[in-house]
Amino acid sequence: MGFSNQRGSGGRIASPLLEPRWVRWSLTAFSCSFLVLFLVVPLAVVFAEALRKGVGAYWAGITDPTAWSAIKLTLLVVAISVPLNLVFGLAASWAIAKFEFWGKSLLITLIDLPFAVSPVVSGLIFVLLFGLHGWFGAWLDSWGLQVIFAVPGVVLATIFVTFPFVAREVIPLMQEQGTEQEQAALTLGANGWQTFWFVTLPNVRWAVWYGVILCNARAMGEFGAVSVVSGHIRGKTNTIPLHVEILYNEYNFVAAFAVASLLALLALVTLVAKALVERRIHLSSTSLEPTTVES
Amino acid sequence: MSIEVRHISKSFGNFTALHDVSLQVHDGELLALLGPSGSGKTTLLRIISGLEVPDANPDSEILFHGQSVVDCPVRHREVGFVFQHYALFRHMSVADNIGFGLRMRPRATRPSKSEIRDRVGKLLKLIQLEGFGDRFPSQLSGGQRQRVALARALAVEPKVLLLDEPFGALDAKVRQGLRTWLRRLHDEIHLTSVLVTHDQDEALEVADRVVVMNQARIEQVGTPDEVFHHPQTPFVMEFLGQVNVFHGRVSQGKIELDDPFVSEHANVNVGSSPPAVYARPHELDIQRESTSGEGFYATVKRLHLAGPIARVLLEAENGGDVQVHLSLERFYELALQPGVAAFVVPKNGRVFEAASKMKLG
Repeated sequence: MGFSNQRGSGGRIASPLLEPRWVRWSLTAFSCSFLVLFLVVPLAVVFAEALRKGVGAYWAGITDPTAWSAIKLTLLVVAISVPLNLVFGLAASWAIAKFEFWGKSLLITLIDLPFAVSPVVSGLIFVLLFGLHGWFGAWLDSWGLQVIFAVPGVVLATIFVTFPFVAREVIPLMQEQGTEQEQAALTLGANGWQTFWFVTLPNVRWAVWYGVILCNARAMGEFGAVSVVSGHIRGKTNTIPLHVEILYNEYNFVAAFAVASLLALLALVTLVAKALVERRIHLSSTSLEPTTVES
Repeated sequence: MSIEVRHISKSFGNFTALHDVSLQVHDGELLALLGPSGSGKTTLLRIISGLEVPDANPDSEILFHGQSVVDCPVRHREVGFVFQHYALFRHMSVADNIGFGLRMRPRATRPSKSEIRDRVGKLLKLIQLEGFGDRFPSQLSGGQRQRVALARALAVEPKVLLLDEPFGALDAKVRQGLRTWLRRLHDEIHLTSVLVTHDQDEALEVADRVVVMNQARIEQVGTPDEVFHHPQTPFVMEFLGQVNVFHGRVSQGKIELDDPFVSEHANVNVGSSPPAVYARPHELDIQRESTSGEGFYATVKRLHLAGPIARVLLEAENGGDVQVHLSLERFYELALQPGVAAFVVPKNGRVFEAASKMKLG
């Protein structure tokens, strides 16, 4: 092969990494058909099934009182777990990125624990801790508090499963940025809170948003852990995913898919939001590159 | 405001960054801390600022205008600190960067918004960046960013200005310009300033006094003139310019060389090696013939004529390199060419001994 073979038809110099046309075509075709088969078709089926008996049946499925209560519970769980994990994620990132302390690598490992543990196991942990026969069950019961098979259990399990999301997005960015800007703020007279609020947080805000979006999506969609602790009490401890399962098991397909379509819509909204935030992260990180040559 | 540090030590693990350092900075002077990397100069600067805490020692003391500031946290020390890599807030405009310190003040002492705007405007004028207030740091060149960082530090009207290798990340031309500008600025505002640098030209050109540091200690303190022409240690001699080192001695005002050899490192007379004579390239002369019996034989190896002086590299008989700087007139008078044989005659030189220092010339 001579050098002339590397020229494309338009006279452009082809990349030395360019593969033969048939390889490119088959790789693209394979990826696309895989995506269609495993992502697009199922998504389409959700909406098709939901609307199979018309918009009226769809609407009835969503506005059913038990469905409505599942939606409200899901929103409540999100409203509690996302802000808590936001605070936790920021605190952990700040500690890990800005300070040296004993046990730091252990903390970093522990943050990933919920990703490594099966959600069902996560749920069981809470049953073992707070269930009637668990470690703190009897004590809680004596105070008239019920955690397992009640809303607090659902909230706890969701927090556990979703707590890595914000921290994992923010830690690497904060570590990369170092502490020089914070030191500058201190020499200029800012106190710790001002330094965090006006210097540290704005520098990581898009990573924080990104983490919150992912955390939110997972909190709404979490099934395994929540399923173990909720007890599936209709109208009381069912979240949207649990409600979908119950409807499906009762062969109420239209209603099941109607409620499921809400989660699918959430997924689409999350994807759009995620893409927008990713663009901002990309923009801000490229515009922050030094534009001048520095030796 | 004067600064004084007494008996300051600092270690990081096994590494000693500062060993029992004491230093005085006079009111209104521009002092340079000069030394190679790892000599402790930046650590000393950061300890003065409060960003670093010295090792606990009952004798150690940091005084601003006679008042101890050891227990005073960074944000109350009223120091302006300029970082090597600018440390500008990248999400803020240039104007917001400069006004940051004023905006962070407690309500009681915070100037009004219009006062802050006025002060920022004046500072933008001072750093010659009028009209750049709405830009972001990423839209500025390195030299402009460092000027913004300086303005930001000056905005809070600090009592001392501390600069940590402020021009280290800039290219040579910009560095030269900023250096001259900084000196002029200092002559206008007379703020007590400490500048850390590893560039001896920068220190000698800009500072009122230079502190030469090496291996966690201060080697010498003096005016640029003093440290350059009257170095007290081989290290200072070597660090402030090129040096030729010979085996030999100075006796009765004459230099006697045992063995003309030249070393890259000045510290050759440590230990059992014979005493060394130090001479800068301009303290040597070249003669085509040995008239007085002084000097030693060498061959011209390389010529470097692009500059105000002629730089001649010769090779002594034992293979050692000798650097000689001549005026261009003298050079053309001698008509030197590579390969030509000549005599190198020391006009001036120094010996450094632990107990007594002798100097010729």
